[in-house]
Amino acid sequence: MTQATLAGLIGAALVGLGLYGLITNPQPLRKNLAFNLIGSGVFLIFGIFARKGAAAGFPADPVPQAMVITGIVVAFAASALAVALVLRLHEETGRATLRPDAWTKPPSDGAGSE
Amino acid sequence: MSVRLALDIGLALLVFAVAARTIFARGAFEAVVDYVAYGLLLSIVWIRLFAVDVALTEDAIGGGVTGVLLIGAAARLRSAETVAAEETPSGSLRVFAACLCLLVTAVLAGVVLLLPDPGPTLAPQAAEHLAETGLGNPVTAVLIAYRAVDTMLEKVVLVLAVVGVWSLAPDRFWGGAPGEARAARPEPTLAFLAQVLPPLGILVGIHVFWAGANEPGGAFQGGAILAAMWLILMMARLTEAPPVGALWLRLALVAGPAVFLAFGVAGFVMASGFFSYPPGFAKPLILFIEAFMLLTIAVTLPMLVAGPPRREPRP
Repeated sequence: MTQATLAGLIGAALVGLGLYGLITNPQPLRKNLAFNLIGSGVFLIFGIFARKGAAAGFPADPVPQAMVITGIVVAFAASALAVALVLRLHEETGRATLRPDAWTKPPSDGAGSE
Repeated sequence: MSVRLALDIGLALLVFAVAARTIFARGAFEAVVDYVAYGLLLSIVWIRLFAVDVALTEDAIGGGVTGVLLIGAAARLRSAETVAAEETPSGSLRVFAACLCLLVTAVLAGVVLLLPDPGPTLAPQAAEHLAETGLGNPVTAVLIAYRAVDTMLEKVVLVLAVVGVWSLAPDRFWGGAPGEARAARPEPTLAFLAQVLPPLGILVGIHVFWAGANEPGGAFQGGAILAAMWLILMMARLTEAPPVGALWLRLALVAGPAVFLAFGVAGFVMASGFFSYPPGFAKPLILFIEAFMLLTIAVTLPMLVAGPPRREPRP
C-alpha cells in the first residue's frame, strides 16, 4: 500500500467521522468542527488524485492542489460566517441550539416571562 | 515492513485518533484544541503527499486561523453548553447514524482503492506552459494564471463572508469596531509575545509570498502568516480592530479582487483575452496582482475572526 492510498483511506475515515459528528452532536459549534473534518477528508481524497497524477517531473498534479488551497480558504470563510451566526443567536436568546422552538422560549425555565 | 511505511501508518492512526477526539471530546473547548492539533498533523500528511503548498495552507488557515476563531467562539459559548447537552439524540439514532457513516466511509475507501494508477492528470499541460508564465511553482501558476477566474472569485467569496459577518451587527454598533478595545494595561506575557513575534512573522510572511513564485508558498500562505501577526497584536490588546466604516479597511478588503479583475479585463486589450497575460510580462504582472491579494488576505482573515462590530462608533 502506498502513502497516497493510505492518505486517501484516512480521508474516507475522516468523512465518515465528521458526518457522524454532524448528525449526532447538537451543539452548532461542534457541528461546525465536524463539517470541517468532512471538508479536510474530501481535501485528502483530492490529495490522492493529485499524487496519482504525478507526471511531467512534478511529484503531484498541481491542479487538484490549487483547488484544495482555494477550498481551504473558502471553508474558513464559511466557518467564520457560521460562527458569527451562532454567536449572534447566543447573544439574542442566551442559548446556542438549532431547535426550532428555541426562539419562543427564554433561556432559563421556559415560563415565558422575559 | 519498511520504516517509512510504519511511520506513515503511525501518522495515519494518530490523525484518525485526534480527529475522533474532536468529535467525541466532552467539552467544546477540548474539541477545538484537538482540532488545532489535528490541523498540524494533517499538514504532515500533506507533506507526505508532496503537496507542500497545501501543507502550508492547511497549517496556517486550516489549523491556525480556524483554531483561533473556534477557540474564541467556544469560550463565549461555554454557558450554553449544558443546555445543549440535553438535546443529544437517543442511542438507537446514534447507532443508525454510525452505520450510515460507516457505509459512506466504506464506499469512499472502495473508490480510493480502485483508483487507476497512474491516474488522469493535467500535470503535462501545466508543465508545458509553465515557461510562458515565468513562474517555477506550478501550483502558483494554476492559481494565478491557468485558473485565474477561480482564484479571483474566491477572493470575492472572502469579501462576501466579511459582509455577511458585519451584517450581523446590532444596529447601535454599526460603524463601530469589532473585538476588544485596546487595554490600558495589557497582559504582560501576551504583550511580550506580541512584541517579539510580529517583526519576524511579517518578514517570514513576505518571504513566503515572494518565494511562492518559484518554491512552495504564495499569496495565500504569506497572507495567512501576516494575518496571524495582526491577530496576535489584537489578542494581546496592544492594538484594536479598526471601525468597520474605515475607508482604508474597505479599500484593503476589495483591493485583491479589484486589481485581479482589472488585469483580467485588461487582458482583452493587452493580450489574447479575459485573464490572459501579455507574453514576456506574465511574471511581473502575476506578482503585482499577488501583492494586492496578499494585502486582502492579511486584512480579511483577522476581520473574519474579529466578528461583527461590538462597540458603538466614536462620534
